Amino acid sequence: MNLHMETARHRETLIVRLSGELDHHTADLVRMRMDEEIGREGCRNLLLSLKSLQFMDSSGLGVILGRYKLIKQKGGKMVVSDVNPPVFRLLEMSGLFKIMSIYENESSALSELEVAL
Amino acid sequence: MKENNRNHMTLQFAAKSENESFARVTVAAFVSQLDPTMEEITDLKTVVSEAVTNSIIHGYEENPEGIVTISASIEEDTVTLVIEDKGRGIEDLELAKQPLYTSKPELERSGMGFTIMENFMDEFDVASEVGGGTSIRMKKRIVSKKALYN
Repeated sequence: MNLHMETARHRETLIVRLSGELDHHTADLVRMRMDEEIGREGCRNLLLSLKSLQFMDSSGLGVILGRYKLIKQKGGKMVVSDVNPPVFRLLEMSGLFKIMSIYENESSALSELEVAL
Repeated sequence: MKENNRNHMTLQFAAKSENESFARVTVAAFVSQLDPTMEEITDLKTVVSEAVTNSIIHGYEENPEGIVTISASIEEDTVTLVIEDKGRGIEDLELAKQPLYTSKPELERSGMGFTIMENFMDEFDVASEVGGGTSIRMKKRIVSKKALYN
């Protein structure tokens, strides 16, 4: 499968790094694995880092929107970092920027999340 | 001898999600003879992915016995793509085209497929018949790197 997911924790924030291709075929596994991590104790916020994501389509938008709803229900915040131009266009077109902040890199996203707490 | 300028290919495959990436990479490889920019390639890969995913999820409801057909042709600097299935068809096309509308919210679909296809291509048409299938026809002019560097 042409998608790799790596997770890390920084205090109450779950960091998910995606590389490869996020489409309908790979979306199910990403969704399942992310929900498992989000369900863990002490996880409040989600930082989705997309630096090495080479391809994404509307199935990926569905995954992002679904996780946003989940985190919001938990009273947390979801942000995205390291977005490349094609993914940026999709996020913009779907109006996701209106509900989610975007940061240049992981460290600026993390410091912003901590201020917000 | 205008026909000599035209090139075309047809691809048929099982309605399995594994084939989504195969379909978009194959179309991208075919179109590469026009020397497209990275952005143009990404646009084409994305719309192929959207249309094929629609056929698999909505047209055939993930039944792998369904067959998706892609016809691609190149004429001068324009690519025409036709992506077809013989699946369920779409009952209300206008509703389906609405941004963020999805008939399958339980699957966490974003409802952006048609909006993306309309935005990324120069021409976009859908023909659908309930019980007969859906055919999406799209066109895009490739400006190409050569034109940009000249």
